[in-house]
Amino acid sequence: MTIARAPQDTPGSRWTYLFLLLMLAFSAFPLYWMFVISTGDESAVSKTPPQAIPGNQLLTNLREVFTLQDVFFSAGLVNSVIVATVTTVAQLFFCSLAGFAFAKLRFKGRNALMVFVVLTLTIPNQLAVVALYILTGKLGLNGTLLAVIAPGLVTAFGVFYMRQFIVGAVPDELVEAARVDGATVTRIYRSVVLPAIRPALAVLGLLTFVATWNDFQWPLIQLQGTDYPTSMVALSDLASGNYVLYRRVLSGALVATLPLLVVLFLGGRQIVRGIMEGAVKS
Amino acid sequence: MSATGSAPPAPTRESTTEPGRGPRAPRLGWRDRALRLDVRLMPYVLISPFFLLFLAFGLFPLLFNGVVAFRTWRLDDPTLDGWAGLANFRRLFGDDAFWNALYNTSGIFILSTVPQLLLALIIASLLNRRLRAQTWFRMGALLPYVTPIVASTLVFKVVFERDHGIANWALSFLGLSSAANPIDWHATKTASWIAIATMVNWKWIGYNALLYLGAMQTVPRDVYEAAALDGASQWRQLWRITVPMIRPVVIFTVVLSTIGGLQLFTEPMLYDLNVQGATGGSGGQWQTVAQLIYKVGWKDLNLGYAAAMSWALFLIILVITLANALLTNRLGGGRK
Repeated sequence: MTIARAPQDTPGSRWTYLFLLLMLAFSAFPLYWMFVISTGDESAVSKTPPQAIPGNQLLTNLREVFTLQDVFFSAGLVNSVIVATVTTVAQLFFCSLAGFAFAKLRFKGRNALMVFVVLTLTIPNQLAVVALYILTGKLGLNGTLLAVIAPGLVTAFGVFYMRQFIVGAVPDELVEAARVDGATVTRIYRSVVLPAIRPALAVLGLLTFVATWNDFQWPLIQLQGTDYPTSMVALSDLASGNYVLYRRVLSGALVATLPLLVVLFLGGRQIVRGIMEGAVKS
Repeated sequence: MSATGSAPPAPTRESTTEPGRGPRAPRLGWRDRALRLDVRLMPYVLISPFFLLFLAFGLFPLLFNGVVAFRTWRLDDPTLDGWAGLANFRRLFGDDAFWNALYNTSGIFILSTVPQLLLALIIASLLNRRLRAQTWFRMGALLPYVTPIVASTLVFKVVFERDHGIANWALSFLGLSSAANPIDWHATKTASWIAIATMVNWKWIGYNALLYLGAMQTVPRDVYEAAALDGASQWRQLWRITVPMIRPVVIFTVVLSTIGGLQLFTEPMLYDLNVQGATGGSGGQWQTVAQLIYKVGWKDLNLGYAAAMSWALFLIILVITLANALLTNRLGGGRK
């Protein structure tokens, strides 16, 4: 190799494509297998060699999942939509407000408070679930959707991400010009900042929605045993017990995964970009 | 994470109008006054929802956890609530279940983090070539990332079935498993750790690859051009140039996967035949610390002890994260 070329300018070889295709197959395989099992009857689980082609039992399986007693799968889906939507909207609103203040406004204590945000970025909140549970209990929220939602309403990451984006995306001159025209801070947020940060809102929104939808531990602690679980808790109910049918379990899993595949299909480019840009900035 | 540390009073980039510093107007109308108040107060109004919610549901529980750890706090009998002194921590040191869980967590952590980050690096370097359909490859890398861990773990549970699982079927071609003598992926520590580590790797390789790719694309081209002239192979290029150049991101991913890996919960929970028992197998073969905390807190109803365990895990995570970050820093720093 004596050609002076950067990797970005080197065309992928046959081996590059082969390896990447293998990885793609590895990534997609569990989803395909989920589909095969959820469309078949229970014997498909134990075939050797494995069943390769989907069957035609999907509707039967789904009907069973949705009518099973003690699982509350449809309530779970509704609750997941509620929890993920409320959390996403709150994150976008609160984090963009704070991000805007940190990026473009001057106030006493700004730097110290921002350092605080950065320091708390990596704190593993999961380790505080015991105390959090006691807290939500004292507030009388245990076993409610509100208790599931409350801890996710804001994240330090969201504020940090928004701040970084707004610093670059909203020119100071624009903020200043609006101010000279007598615009209030609220007005500047609405007419100058919001339109400029749509891409960042999309990325943070998608990431938040996916993460919230998939969250398991905290909803399990809060809603286990109730008749209004989230879809992930309902799925774990579906997979528990002495008599587990995998065609049921995986058709439930399929339904609970589908919304996120739609999210990936519609917003995949933004998510990819968001993750890649995040790498540069961190 | 820059531009926030020490900011000298000379604002160059982020200068905005400063109230009260301009030439003093002789008289202010109510409108100007209102605007001035707006400029002074609104920043605090804007950041307050974040700080109030974060202090209440983020920071306070973390600190309060430290208090709970020194108390007896039972969910079934609130009357027993009182100070426990160091009892919870003393119990922790003699608790075989805790050490077993810590051992499992570390084993699964090593089996998942090392291959995960290495493969992610290799995939990122391949994605960094000039490719057709590159958007599709990148989005494909995110398929596992958006898939709920609960859902994928349930699929892997079928894949790792002893008698008819695909894993054993595939391994039978390599002579590693047979119908007469199949690998029981739930029975032993090694087998169950490998199964769970596979799930973790599956989930995070693509995500980390995209993080690396983002950083790789900012490496200046001329660095490679100089190296290629010297006859460096692509493999050497990757380890000698690319990895050192993207070292901050490598450290970042090591920190992230250490923090995440040591709190592993969902995979070991759903992998169990008895999902909500949180025992991590019949003999705790793969019970992780996060699982044990859940079991102690919400199955044994002993929140005080669970809090003490959380604090122990917190310290362990802190130490290992720092050690890993330093180690990664030195590995990457061996250039030139």
